Amino acid sequence: MFKNVSELIHLAESQNIPISEVMIRQEVEETDKPREEIVAEMGRNLDIMEKAVEDGLNGVKSRSGLTGGDAVLIKKYMEEQDSLSGNLLLDVVSKAVATNEVNAAMGTICATPTAGSAGCVPGVLFGLKPRLKPTREQMIRFLFTSGAFGQVVANNASISGAAGGCQAEVGSAAGMASAAAVEMAGGSPQQSAEAMAITLKNMLGLVCDPVAGLVEVPCVKRNAMGSSQAIVSADLALAGVTSRIPCDEVIGAMFRIGESMSPALKETAEGGLAATPTGRELAKKVFGPALGSE
Amino acid sequence: MKFRSVFDIIGPVMIGPSSSHTAGAARIGKMARELFGRQPNWAKIHLYGSFAKTYKGHGTDVALVGGLLGFDTYDERIKEALELADQANLNIEFIEEDGSAEHPNTARIHMGDEDGEFELVGISIGGGKAEITELNGFELRLTGRSPAILVMHNDRFGAIASVTNVLANYKINIGHMEVARREEGKDAMMIIETDERIPKDIMEELKTCDHISQVVTISD
Repeated sequence: MFKNVSELIHLAESQNIPISEVMIRQEVEETDKPREEIVAEMGRNLDIMEKAVEDGLNGVKSRSGLTGGDAVLIKKYMEEQDSLSGNLLLDVVSKAVATNEVNAAMGTICATPTAGSAGCVPGVLFGLKPRLKPTREQMIRFLFTSGAFGQVVANNASISGAAGGCQAEVGSAAGMASAAAVEMAGGSPQQSAEAMAITLKNMLGLVCDPVAGLVEVPCVKRNAMGSSQAIVSADLALAGVTSRIPCDEVIGAMFRIGESMSPALKETAEGGLAATPTGRELAKKVFGPALGSE
Repeated sequence: MKFRSVFDIIGPVMIGPSSSHTAGAARIGKMARELFGRQPNWAKIHLYGSFAKTYKGHGTDVALVGGLLGFDTYDERIKEALELADQANLNIEFIEEDGSAEHPNTARIHMGDEDGEFELVGISIGGGKAEITELNGFELRLTGRSPAILVMHNDRFGAIASVTNVLANYKINIGHMEVARREEGKDAMMIIETDERIPKDIMEELKTCDHISQVVTISD
């Protein structure tokens, strides 16, 4: 089993196979399940993600009323106006937002790697779909590649906001999506690692400060930004830009930053945006004075 | 390595909004129910750390109760779990604890019915994964790096051998094992860490062994 990114890259390069293939083979070895069964299970996860994107683009509203409907706004804007950042990027963002809006509305999603960060991977995947026209197999491979990088982060740092802050959730998710985007676009395993490193470096220190303790504000918009960073990092890596700090060391830095982060900034709704006057006001509106106030 | 499967990362399929606070909580509740072996009549659920601070917003309460009702992470009925518990005569009490626990997402579930009581501590470690750290006052010293099962059994001779024989038949190696009992001849349990995951069909076979009452995966 690969323990870090450099082992993962070595396994791919030495056998001349993509990272997705390393992940599939390891899963077969680890679980003793037939390959077809593992690929089919990932296919079902892909279908869940696609359905969540569709539902979100049709418009949902969370029970608290804090989130919902932004994916619809973005889609409409793309259709009716010339956007500044371009339609591919906005398509990615709208699909990431759609997924997280469905999640906030207690709809069905696939955690990638968590529910709060579930928008980045499908946002990037389904946003790139019209541009790269991947086969279903390539789309499933995208998820295995994402999973391979996520597994390294989970085992060497954290994918839990309560343990490592938002850098561990949206940071990991965006990094995973950028690495997988590189593979789907035809980049090398090493380029995937560069994209992962570049994305994570820009997510270091991001705190988990959900208003009222809900996975809504700022989580939904952080997935919008995470997915757009994933696309930009993937492009940088494909252009040949490398990270001066190796990916494994970036993951190590993320772990240590998470350890030194105050508990108030790790999913307790006691600091950051949750502790702003408006954050507290919203918490009161949703739950009464018990949550998010002293 | 705590995360061994790609589906720990790309998954689970779940009802939102939080993998650690909703899906992980549902898994703790479901493990509690499976270990108890039936639906309890009452449950006192103590919440610590981030669970205590944010459980209402994350649906941790409905997820834990949904788990106690036997629902999976993706079961839409989780949303109505509190009402469904009422209908099923399951009396629930939540207690927000001020003290800190070792892990920020910790729940202690004390539950029972007229035939018995049961207590466990579960932690949600991220991405929807959950682990049991304490059972009936007995601290489980899992390494966390290997898959683990918990076997509830009657304290009789041969019970342990019958379980280890099945594992041996399938060439599953035991890396660490603990045995505990409250009283001679009464309820006992084994915690077994193995080098590989135990497939579902073998778990079912273990349940049919002599003197075995429950077999549950507590870490995979």
